[in-house]
Amino acid sequence: MNLGPHADFIVAAYAVTIFVVAALVSWIALDYSAQQRILGDLEERGITRRSQRKG
Amino acid sequence: MPVIDLANPSRFLTIVNRLLPWLTAVTIILFAIGLYRAMNAPDDYQQGATVKIMFLHVPAAWLGMFGWGLMSVAALGTLVWRHPLADVAGKAVVPIGAAFTFICLITGSLWGRPTWGTYWVWDARLTSMLVLLLLYLGVIALYWTAEEPGRGARAAAILSLVGAVNLPIIKFSVDWWNTLHQPASVFRIGGPTIDPALLTPLLIMALAFTLLFVTLHLASMRNEILRRRVRSMRLLQAQELAEAT
Repeated sequence: MNLGPHADFIVAAYAVTIFVVAALVSWIALDYSAQQRILGDLEERGITRRSQRKG
Repeated sequence: MPVIDLANPSRFLTIVNRLLPWLTAVTIILFAIGLYRAMNAPDDYQQGATVKIMFLHVPAAWLGMFGWGLMSVAALGTLVWRHPLADVAGKAVVPIGAAFTFICLITGSLWGRPTWGTYWVWDARLTSMLVLLLLYLGVIALYWTAEEPGRGARAAAILSLVGAVNLPIIKFSVDWWNTLHQPASVFRIGGPTIDPALLTPLLIMALAFTLLFVTLHLASMRNEILRRRVRSMRLLQAQELAEAT
């Protein structure tokens, strides 16, 4: 595949896109882990949501 | 299952947890096909190989605008029906829409330098797209700085509806004003003007990016629901501590 005289611009465009998408995916995945960990900690300490309480 | 069941956050989480692995798999497959077709697409007769930037730039532009459209619909749900899931949907889409708008501006700039001879020009299409990014950043700032989440959500919803005025301006800017940016070449009366050899990979990449957007949005909505559960549990804990003392 020959990208011609402007190969730098094409490679830079794909690199920026991959970087931004990877950052977005990582942020969302890390956020999910963090929220699950915090919820787990709270539940371990016996704190539950009002809707989960009996009686 | 009635559609209204989706409005229940717990039910929504169950469905999202089942859907996400499938959506992720289909997105990866579509990107593999799309990138293969994009890399093997012929060069443009005028632009040469730089036309390959189109496969990123155009879907990113569509999704940057789609994200704001979604926020506007969610804003109606927040302001009119006051449904918490509408605010969750609206808030979750903001960083994703902003990221796609950013990708659109950067890739457009990198495409503009070899084709127009400049990275940037203050024409109507480029400027209105930059305004969209600034509006996204404004909504992010509103959510971050609001002391009470409900107030932040209402302010963000109002800005989302007001900012929706920018969407037709972006779309028709190339028709209303004399711009360096080319006019519409895919969604236009009379059909696309792009050769099928370039149009097909573009549409596959657009579908792949759209599925990526939907996958990230659903995952981000799941995070936001969990974040609100954490907040309500902490508030309840604080309330119980206050009552006990």
